[in-house]
Amino acid sequence: MTAPTKSSAVHQAPDPTSGLLGTSRADQFFKGLLTLAALLIPLLLLALFYELAHGSAPAIAEFGLKFLTDDVWDPVAEIYGAWPLLFGTLLTSFIALVLAVPLSLGVAIYLTEFAPEFIRKPVAMLIELLAAIPSVVYGLWGIFVLIPILRSTVFPFFRDTLGFLPFFDGPIYGPSVLSASLILTIMIMPFIMSVSRSVLLAVPNSQREASLALGATRWEAVRTVIVPYARSGIIGAIILGLGRALGETMAVTMLIGNRHEISASLFAPGYTMAAVIANEFSEAGTTLHIASLTYVALLLFVVTVIVNAGARLLIWRVGRKSGG
Amino acid sequence: MGEQPPRMETDKLSAMYGKFTAVKGISLSFAANQVHALIGPSGCGKSTYLRTLNRLHEVSAGGWITGRVLLDGEDIYASSVNPIQLRRRVGMVFQKPTPFPTMSIRDNVAAGLMLDGRLPKAEVDEIVERSLRQAALWDEVKDRLKASALGLSGGQQQRLCLARTIAPQPEVILLDEPTASLDPQGTQRIEELVVSLKEHFTIIIVTHNMQQAARLSDTTSFFYIGQLIEHGTTKQIFTAPTHEQTEAYITGRFG
Repeated sequence: MTAPTKSSAVHQAPDPTSGLLGTSRADQFFKGLLTLAALLIPLLLLALFYELAHGSAPAIAEFGLKFLTDDVWDPVAEIYGAWPLLFGTLLTSFIALVLAVPLSLGVAIYLTEFAPEFIRKPVAMLIELLAAIPSVVYGLWGIFVLIPILRSTVFPFFRDTLGFLPFFDGPIYGPSVLSASLILTIMIMPFIMSVSRSVLLAVPNSQREASLALGATRWEAVRTVIVPYARSGIIGAIILGLGRALGETMAVTMLIGNRHEISASLFAPGYTMAAVIANEFSEAGTTLHIASLTYVALLLFVVTVIVNAGARLLIWRVGRKSGG
Repeated sequence: MGEQPPRMETDKLSAMYGKFTAVKGISLSFAANQVHALIGPSGCGKSTYLRTLNRLHEVSAGGWITGRVLLDGEDIYASSVNPIQLRRRVGMVFQKPTPFPTMSIRDNVAAGLMLDGRLPKAEVDEIVERSLRQAALWDEVKDRLKASALGLSGGQQQRLCLARTIAPQPEVILLDEPTASLDPQGTQRIEELVVSLKEHFTIIIVTHNMQQAARLSDTTSFFYIGQLIEHGTTKQIFTAPTHEQTEAYITGRFG
């Protein structure tokens, strides 16, 4: 008997926060908050780009695009060219990728398909731990352990056996493009390995069994069914590794020798974009020097964006081809 | 019927996962060119039993067996037998369709053939067509053999898997609830196929569906908690079961 009066009261004064009418204010607020957070990322990216472009304006005005192809870097004469830096960054990352991809994929495949059950998790965990080591520690290890070994045994061996190639010719320095590439290899392996492993673990068991039931060997199942199934994820893992290799600063700075030069020999020192910024920024005195370093930063930013975009495109195309 | 030696046979076969015994001492024989149904409630071990017949059980974590499995009188668990070669003679189709998503329809059917090494392309194409015809899929896919297998419906995918399984010409085909994930129409197509395929192959089918077993099979075996309760011709099992449990199960009183 009280119910009718209650419901008529509701009809007279509709409350937008309850009943059928209106939308929830909390939802609206939350949606706005999340939208803001999501917008912040591209805004940050734009702001970063603007800052770099703005900061490097004097150098852009002075050198223009010739900055990319000139190889002289002379703070005293105020002449700056970034080609050896660009080259050094791309070369060290490329070598690191060439070495790290087969190794990490091999480990990932071994750990998901072949290894005895009891070693799978412990080994994967150890490798993931490698990713957590600060890069300055890798740098120190590189200087005190890796370089002495390379200089005393590995490099001479390469020179003796592969010396007919220009890459393995010439005087042997400790700090060199090859040393830096090797430390990069070790640093990006855990990333590629651990992501590839998760991707391979996500391949449904039914795919594995279907292949085995057809009379495939384990290796044939891996090659024809499991890796193809996981390929877009594996490419993603490689891109992650590449992104890290391109931007890695500390360990590379400590191992590459920091010489502003391009040499055919991988035993010779080199330089990278990230390393030159780390080395010179605190001591840069003139406006043009600072602007040139900022220009290098802009270049590194653009290269990273281009490489990532290219790789995304690759994943997208592969993904579309495989229909999912 | 007793004259011909069985195509496949198990002798006191037990299958274990670690310490758990899923199949307990089963002796059964399967005559050639017939359809044999394995029925029983969930968890009765019929799928595990099926997976011992192509040695896929040992691929599962902790899977091992005791007893013997004979194919044409030869023990397939003998140390000299290569399970890879065995699986080319004993094919298998799974509960859910398992097309390989990165391969085209043609390459899916050819997947088992390509493992054998280099066959001339013309020969592969011929076998692909024959297998797809046998699987009653040829007319539906002949114009898009290069398209992804994922564009097919569930029923078509399952027939594709059947074509893939029969392409290397196995002697025995194991079907593990092949219609469990299909709609009635897809189910009917697969059932018709199974009957037509027994001319060339020996078929062992695990099914939950009693009517399916009754419609398709020549012999039926009833499994319950890892044990073989009753085995006989399908007619006898469905009309005059000798065990009370069998009768209770096929009349739907439990399971």
